[in-house]
Amino acid sequence: MVFVLVLAALAGLAGQPAAAGATEHVVIYSARHYGQEPAFDAFTQATGIQVKMLNGDAGQIFERLKAEGDKTPADLLLTVDAGNLWNAARAGLLAPVSSGELTKNIPAHLRDPDSRWFGLTLRARTIMYNPKKVAASELSTYEALGDPKWKGRLCLRTSSYIYNQSMLATFIRRHGEPRTEEIVRRWVANQPTLINGDTKILEAIAAGQCDVGLANSYYLARMLKKDAATPVALFWANQLTTGTHVNVSGAGVTAHAKNRANAIRLLEFLSGLPAQQMFADTSLEYPVNPRAEVNAIVKAWGPFKQDELNVAAAGEFQAAATRLADRAGYK
Amino acid sequence: MAAAAIAATLASPLLVVLASWRHPAGDVWRHLWRTQLLELVVNTLLLAAGVGVGTLVVGAGLAWLVAAFEFPGRRLFEWALVLPLAMPAYVIGFAFLALFDFAGPVQSTLRRLAGPGVRLPELRSGWGVVTMMTLVFYPYVYVLARVAFREHGGAALEAARSLGQSPARAFTAVILPLARPSLVAGVALAIMEALADFGTVSTFGYRTLTEAVYRVWTGMFDRVAATQVASVLLVLVLTVLLLERALRGGRRFTGGERRGGFPRIPLRGRRALGAMAACTGVLALAFILPLGELVVWALDVGPDERPGRGFVGLVASTFLLAAASAVLVCLLALVLAYARRLRPSRTATVSAQFSSLGYALPGAVIAVGVLGPIAWLDGVLAAVAERTLGHRLGLLLTGSTAAVLFAYAVRFVAVGYQTTDAALARIPPSLDEAARSLGVSMRAVLRRVHLPLMRGGMLSALTLIWVETIKELPATLLLRPFGIKTLAIEVWERTSESLWAEAALPALAIVAVGLVPLLIATRLDGGRR
Repeated sequence: MVFVLVLAALAGLAGQPAAAGATEHVVIYSARHYGQEPAFDAFTQATGIQVKMLNGDAGQIFERLKAEGDKTPADLLLTVDAGNLWNAARAGLLAPVSSGELTKNIPAHLRDPDSRWFGLTLRARTIMYNPKKVAASELSTYEALGDPKWKGRLCLRTSSYIYNQSMLATFIRRHGEPRTEEIVRRWVANQPTLINGDTKILEAIAAGQCDVGLANSYYLARMLKKDAATPVALFWANQLTTGTHVNVSGAGVTAHAKNRANAIRLLEFLSGLPAQQMFADTSLEYPVNPRAEVNAIVKAWGPFKQDELNVAAAGEFQAAATRLADRAGYK
Repeated sequence: MAAAAIAATLASPLLVVLASWRHPAGDVWRHLWRTQLLELVVNTLLLAAGVGVGTLVVGAGLAWLVAAFEFPGRRLFEWALVLPLAMPAYVIGFAFLALFDFAGPVQSTLRRLAGPGVRLPELRSGWGVVTMMTLVFYPYVYVLARVAFREHGGAALEAARSLGQSPARAFTAVILPLARPSLVAGVALAIMEALADFGTVSTFGYRTLTEAVYRVWTGMFDRVAATQVASVLLVLVLTVLLLERALRGGRRFTGGERRGGFPRIPLRGRRALGAMAACTGVLALAFILPLGELVVWALDVGPDERPGRGFVGLVASTFLLAAASAVLVCLLALVLAYARRLRPSRTATVSAQFSSLGYALPGAVIAVGVLGPIAWLDGVLAAVAERTLGHRLGLLLTGSTAAVLFAYAVRFVAVGYQTTDAALARIPPSLDEAARSLGVSMRAVLRRVHLPLMRGGMLSALTLIWVETIKELPATLLLRPFGIKTLAIEVWERTSESLWAEAALPALAIVAVGLVPLLIATRLDGGRR
């Protein structure tokens, strides 16, 4: 009896169908879970198109998209990491979009050369250090963190972490496998403390457990927003050489989108100035649109030279990067 | 018949997992073999052994303490010691790291007081992971052992003592063997949960087979190879379970029928203090400390990050899903366990054991395994509808509550099966025979004899599955329909962005929703005595 009631209630819960009547809408499968809601609200306000979103884990939500095939309700796939986007495109889950607006708003190296996905926010992974223990003049490149002077002073995130895999993947694209493996081996020889979590790495640097580390810039921005006195400083890596490694979170229109036009409109809106501004202010990432202003906390770090390799390399060489890390003993 | 159908249905996602071997992935295996396979296997076995021994000692020890002895606070401890079950493993792990890490308050204070060189042992290590998991998984053993001790321990203890044996001797010689099915069931659940865990091992940087599953999946974009790695876990667990069955052999572990009136041995002085210290210590580490950390985080959150109107709906859907899952899974498990009792055969045992292996697999692997048969069924339904009705159907099952419940059944039937099977095993078959010889139907035997005797076991099963469902993440995340969200998803959305403070409130709500059945079960159970 109770069971029947519960089932009835559940059926009621499930009773909101994916297609909400006749109103214009767009359905998103998202593996990015923070900081986009204000932009979606603004989109609905500007266009009257409702945004419906289902959050999920990147690897799994691809499988759902695949299993649903041409019946999928999803119009847009939104995810962090260029490698994930590349993988979705390779699996045939995304359809190309040609839009002058998108090519105008998003620099070429931050979107798919075949126009199946587009970067929407920029994530810079760079060197963080404790200014009480390290002078900026001692720092230069990612490669130089393999210098024996950093022995026992380095904090790294585990190699299983997707942003590390993507970073190594772009290294492979630029330097080839042997040279990249040499770089990683030299890091490992410095016996880095492996910590899972960029915020944890920054806390470890602040507490003096290690002196330098690698982290995405917005994690530091969030810490500084809470406590401006946090003793961690940012150093833009490889400014005199290849530029700082960047990754994106981004989106692509699904191959079987039912509301393709709406999905493209949303993409264009998200790459436009108002939405880019919102991304920059809520998640403290960098906007991809060069005309958008960065947040004040982020602005204090000044402009930097990005590695302008196409971020698709993150996907192309991701498997190779994971294997390379395993071989080099980077756990 | 019904049992066979249930076992086959529940096994279908596992067969999908095994089917991954049709696609060769020798390249990935060669790479793993050359770089880490040995380490992964050794780490996985060490984890299983450590958690097995840890939960057995802590769980059975505490259960014996509160069942056989009387000391101040015993009644409170008796139910409070179940509480850590409501704490998701990854939450306790993160709370411990926050407190005891180099940058945390404990070590910072130590450095200030005793000098900058002072350090605690590194928590990110094998023993750290085993400790975390022992603290959250010991209640499986505790819950099952307590029921077993209470149902049968009293008579055994009395008999042993009347023969001039010490309580300790009675415990090892009589009561432990009697409780063996329950203890094994509890330890098996704890080990399976430990093997399937990804959150804790990845937070602590401890490489196990499950961690490798995710690395191969997300780092090499190779889900097939990842699924193959996961299937190794299946084989591992099935071997252990069947081995235990074989060792137990034909021996029966049924006990007397005496209930209630447990003659507890009063403890005084130092011994009473020792008992209280043991209970308080475990409770403090496994529950109060992480809970306190969550509260501190929750208070730290700014007003715009506090939960809004949606929060009530979130709690409600979590609650409903948990209730439906607990009842459904428990019924399925009961049918499986009962079928084995009616017609004990090797096939029945193996198929029931196999269909309950979903518990030992990483949740994400099972979720994708469930997706396969569900999407296939959707395709069949659509084809049939189009042919007979000329009507194009959308997706009925993919992304539905039914799919989510199916996944829960696959994942948690082990909990129900192990628990009810252990409860059934303690009822002597002579009772069935006596009832049958009086001309009572088997159905009536179940209703009038078994169910009342299994009451404790069934309550445990319902409670455990309820709590498991609330903590479940990957299957709910992947298979849910639009508009349904649980507290676990709310927590994950924030923690996946390293927003731990913002995740504290929904995490506290998980604990609270998990506590409800624990309290009800204790209440119902207590009313019996």
